[in-house]
Amino acid sequence: MKLTFPALVAAAVMAAGPVLADLVVPNLSYRTGPYGANGTQYADGFNDYFTLLNERDGGIGGQIVQVPECETAYNTEKGVECYEATKDTGALIYNPLSTGITYQLIPKVAVDKKVLYTPGYGRTSAKNGRVFEWVFNAPANYWDGASVAVKYLLDQNEGSLEGKTIALVYHNSAYGKEPIRTLQELGEKHGFSLTELPVEAPGQEQKSQWLQIRREQPDYVIMYGWGVMNQVAIQEAANIRFPMENFIGIWWAGSEIDVQPAGAAADGYKSLTFNGVGMDYPLYDDLQTHVIDPGKASQGGQHVGSAVYSRGMYAAVVIAEAIRTAQEMAGTAEITPEQLRDGFENLSITPERLEEIGLPDFGPEIAMSCENHGGSGMARLQQWDATAGQWTLITEFTEPDQEVLSALIEEDSAAYAAEAGITPRDC
Amino acid sequence: MDQFVFAAEVVLNGLMTGVMYALVALGFVLIFKASGVFNYAQGVLALFAAMTLVSIQNGQVPFAHLINAALGTQIHHFGWTVPAALAIALTALVMVGLAFLIEKLVLQHLVGQEPIILFMATIGLAYFLEGLGDVMWGADIKTLDVGLPQGISDGIEAATAQWFGYGFFIDRLDLWATLIAVLLVAALVAFAQYTKQGRAMRAVADDHQAALSVGISLRFIWVMVWSIAGFVALVAGIMWGTKSGVQFSLSLIALKALPVLMLGGFTSIPGAIVGGLIIGVGEKLFEFTIGPMVGGATETWFAYVLALIFLVFRPQGLFGERIIERV
Repeated sequence: MKLTFPALVAAAVMAAGPVLADLVVPNLSYRTGPYGANGTQYADGFNDYFTLLNERDGGIGGQIVQVPECETAYNTEKGVECYEATKDTGALIYNPLSTGITYQLIPKVAVDKKVLYTPGYGRTSAKNGRVFEWVFNAPANYWDGASVAVKYLLDQNEGSLEGKTIALVYHNSAYGKEPIRTLQELGEKHGFSLTELPVEAPGQEQKSQWLQIRREQPDYVIMYGWGVMNQVAIQEAANIRFPMENFIGIWWAGSEIDVQPAGAAADGYKSLTFNGVGMDYPLYDDLQTHVIDPGKASQGGQHVGSAVYSRGMYAAVVIAEAIRTAQEMAGTAEITPEQLRDGFENLSITPERLEEIGLPDFGPEIAMSCENHGGSGMARLQQWDATAGQWTLITEFTEPDQEVLSALIEEDSAAYAAEAGITPRDC
Repeated sequence: MDQFVFAAEVVLNGLMTGVMYALVALGFVLIFKASGVFNYAQGVLALFAAMTLVSIQNGQVPFAHLINAALGTQIHHFGWTVPAALAIALTALVMVGLAFLIEKLVLQHLVGQEPIILFMATIGLAYFLEGLGDVMWGADIKTLDVGLPQGISDGIEAATAQWFGYGFFIDRLDLWATLIAVLLVAALVAFAQYTKQGRAMRAVADDHQAALSVGISLRFIWVMVWSIAGFVALVAGIMWGTKSGVQFSLSLIALKALPVLMLGGFTSIPGAIVGGLIIGVGEKLFEFTIGPMVGGATETWFAYVLALIFLVFRPQGLFGERIIERV
């Protein structure tokens, strides 16, 4: 038999690709490049939870979950290439951990009918399911984060921020600019003034921004950073002796690797989070038995329990629960992306369910619908204890100011719908 | 008055930042001067050197992931820590070894090729070293502590508060970087002027063929220059890595050196320093005065604009060799 080259390629792709009956959840990860240290930990947590389900439970509903990885290096073009290369392998859902890649994939997933899940990142107004049918961003988005931070500061100031100044130090990118409008609106509502301080990526040099902070002495600094920008900002804040307890990062500026380079000087730094911290959860016993001990953990399990690992694992938990819901609704274990979308729109993760999973109080309660793809938006604060070398949760889950945010989401999603020619669905 | 005092603080900090840029630019200059090669991998050399230093300090096992994957073991550390001075010396040796390998495996095979070919080879080298560093030492961010102090200088703050009524911020790490840069430049100049090897290096820089005709070994000079550039990269890696932790982004500090080189000239050690100072002060002052009117984040692009303005008047850079071609 004579085999042609295309036939050989097709055979190789079929042999290397996932078995079509499996549940395919591509992991568009980045383990290289300037953000590789963060991306590696997230990808490890994401992989390990699905490995646990496969090893302990035989997958979800009896279907093994395949998690093929594709390296994006946090590069938008590579991310799109990864999407194109994997979308016909039976892929159900994508979670690229990049706002830039997300913006490129939003129109594509609507055409290809794939689910895009962007927990804590991506396009904030995707919360409006009437416009963004295929995109979900629960449990919280960038605007939720800004609002929860302001609510925390209100609590710290007996309910008033009148006359206070907040400086926003942000990554000068689509991601970093996300909270500006929200903070401006909240500033008008609560009487604080906002100073915007962009930092050019990657953020290795921030002297100008921190000299300005030292001159103007804002009461608080909120940071939307990622990668090296976080480490440098925390070090510069320590250098100018800015009080760390008045410095709050978004959840992407709240990992161990963000604070450790500054050593003891980072003590007291705060950040938002929507997932639990540490390893004091029953799930980790199962992870140890079924994944780490048998040597099946991603990267040898060296990042298990870190903040970013936990966030990657939490994303996998939500996806797994949505798959489970979809299977129950469809009456079959072999679901399609459309059925997974329905699963997400009917997803309910209660505190009781989190306890059953082995992660009590690990995340906020999630209840989604056709209209609401973003959940409650609840987040909490954690604080770095440099002596113990760990994060400590310092607040309960707090709901953001929906009065302000709902109007902004409606406005932004309506603008996108007009621009993309989308007629909002009836929900 | 306030604005004047603030501007003075910005200028001082700009000078200090400029020194940090110059430390990176120096490595480029050394290699370009001696071999005419623009070493695209200089930023990655700084990353590789810093990763090696911190890993030696912490007693990390090289290629631990590969070893563990192949043998099913779980070794990551030797269980010892190495004093900073010894670790720096060992890293310098590693950089000499790397220079030898680069000459042996890359440059030797490209003798007589066009500069663009050598430039392309250094691009390949950069990507290879990035990957090698990851495989050898892992992609995690590593905290680097060689005992350099960080944070505001209380003495300067108190003195300026007394003189101007406003205490200036000067980072102690930047003061150390300035001192080290001065010593480094003095040592490099002394080496080039007063040692046999230094004179040989200058001879090669002036004319390869003439240097070869009097018995100077081009291969030895290349190994020596890449070793020195590796050591300069180590110093730059220590300074930048102390602030941010050692991570991939260190390789991107090369981008900060490019406008410095354009401005100071690719062949002048003093040019790298002066260029660094001008870029540092220029970008910080521009951000201070014009930045707030245009939304900030002007430093990256303004450094290049400033370099381009200088290029219009002096294409070879402030201290570069004048290009004379007879037709």
